[in-house]
Amino acid sequence: MAETHSLQELQQQAAVASKVYVQRDYNSGKICKFQTKFPSELESRVDKQQFEETMQTLNNLYAEAEKIGGKSYLEGCLACMTAYTIFLCMETHYEKVLKKIARFVKEQNEKIYAPLGLLLTDPIERGLRVVEITIFEDRSIGSGR
Amino acid sequence: MKHCEYQQIDPQALSTPTPTPTLPLQQAVVQEEKKGETARRKWEVFPGKNRFYCDGRIIVAQQSGVLPLTLGLILVTTVLFFVFDCPFLLKHLTVFIPAIGGVLFVFVVISLLQTSFTDPGILPRATPDEAADIEKQIDNSGSSTYRPPPRTKEVMINQQVVKLKYCFTCKMFRPPRTSHCSLCDNCVERFDHHCPWVGNCVGKRNYRFFYTFIVSLSFLTVFIFGCVATHLALRAQGGRGLMFALQESPASAVELVICFFSVWSILGLSGFHTYLVASNLTTNEDIKGSWSGKSGAEDTGNPYSYNNIITNCCSVLCGPMPPSLIDRRGFMPVEESSQTVATEIELAAKKEINVVGGPTPSQLPPCALQVPPSPIPLPATPNHLQPDLQTPV
Repeated sequence: MAETHSLQELQQQAAVASKVYVQRDYNSGKICKFQTKFPSELESRVDKQQFEETMQTLNNLYAEAEKIGGKSYLEGCLACMTAYTIFLCMETHYEKVLKKIARFVKEQNEKIYAPLGLLLTDPIERGLRVVEITIFEDRSIGSGR
Repeated sequence: MKHCEYQQIDPQALSTPTPTPTLPLQQAVVQEEKKGETARRKWEVFPGKNRFYCDGRIIVAQQSGVLPLTLGLILVTTVLFFVFDCPFLLKHLTVFIPAIGGVLFVFVVISLLQTSFTDPGILPRATPDEAADIEKQIDNSGSSTYRPPPRTKEVMINQQVVKLKYCFTCKMFRPPRTSHCSLCDNCVERFDHHCPWVGNCVGKRNYRFFYTFIVSLSFLTVFIFGCVATHLALRAQGGRGLMFALQESPASAVELVICFFSVWSILGLSGFHTYLVASNLTTNEDIKGSWSGKSGAEDTGNPYSYNNIITNCCSVLCGPMPPSLIDRRGFMPVEESSQTVATEIELAAKKEINVVGGPTPSQLPPCALQVPPSPIPLPATPNHLQPDLQTPV
């Protein structure tokens, strides 16, 4: 039985069994942070440590995007002085980190989760509300009569 | 015995008699149709009451409100100022007057347009899967034929309990400080208010533009008022009187009237919003008195405030610019081949059941044949169903 699939194979051939949602953790305020609690549905599929590490890295990346510090103030003041027209030309710090996050999610999917039959959806595609984890079925579909 | 293909229903879905999104036949039909369509951008299927221009680049509320009036008033007053007052003041005073006026005018118009055309921080609605997941978590009993009592979730922010409400329209728990705007039919993050003058909601993403707009507009109004008054005073010098000055420059009278009546409200609004910025509050919270402790003797302070005016101002106005979450110009996801393969098999299964007519309808899964068609094509169709071979007969 082929346990390992590549990312493309998964998306093209396997059927979706179920989806697990990791919600936002608002206990630290309004910053974007996801719960690191290990969902029970994934117990049979992936190592708890690995999953928590992925979530923690994701949280750290979002914290970096939303960090309020010297650099963001400079960007804000410069934007204010130019009547915010620089946003038309320049990519904001947040957007740069979002691209980093997209790359990170893709890399995690390719290296770790796709071979296990899972797929992480970049939270930005769900409005930064949830991390959607799609669990693919291993058995082939359309088994004959 | 001939095997008929049945569809395995998710048992949890059966236990809750909710019309969960299991409309395989209609979904399959819609998906078949969608395969033939060209890819559409997400703004074309946006569920809120917004209007989009320039292929999704510009977003405004459904009713533009009095935005044309706002723009018109500002333009008319400033143009009259430049045409009738500036030449005189340029000659008699200094060249800086039209220069400053020009800079202020540019600031006002740009920030107004940015406030009106920027996504205020709209939260996209939950996908059907997400909504089903949340429903499962909330309550597993009771039908959904009536609206259950309002659901809330409590979180601790800065050692303070904050209640998160469930939004029935968007089918999700609203993040803190998010509110649903009934005019735009969207949940907006850090919702301040819906401004008819600007024709858009004011929320997390465009609050700084709005603040810049009202502050620069206050400066512009005061500036024009001052210059026009100076102009008339200079003309009326030498004992000629105000009436003479007004007759010579009637446009100045118009400007004076407009500025006089608007300066109070604009200055007042700027002052109010400066207070809000300094205490990291929104208009919504201030009006409702969420943190002022009106609702009892609890120690309710604003959990979002940094308790430092400078930090509050900086975080509200100069903080990182959050991205738009609704991705207006993205393309609608083409249905994955896995789902279309599965639905093709479902279609075949359907035909089997109909042709063979073997099992009695009561033995068939109830949702397969009797659910009324869904008028809304679901963009992301969940597919929990797989053909299963076990015959219950």
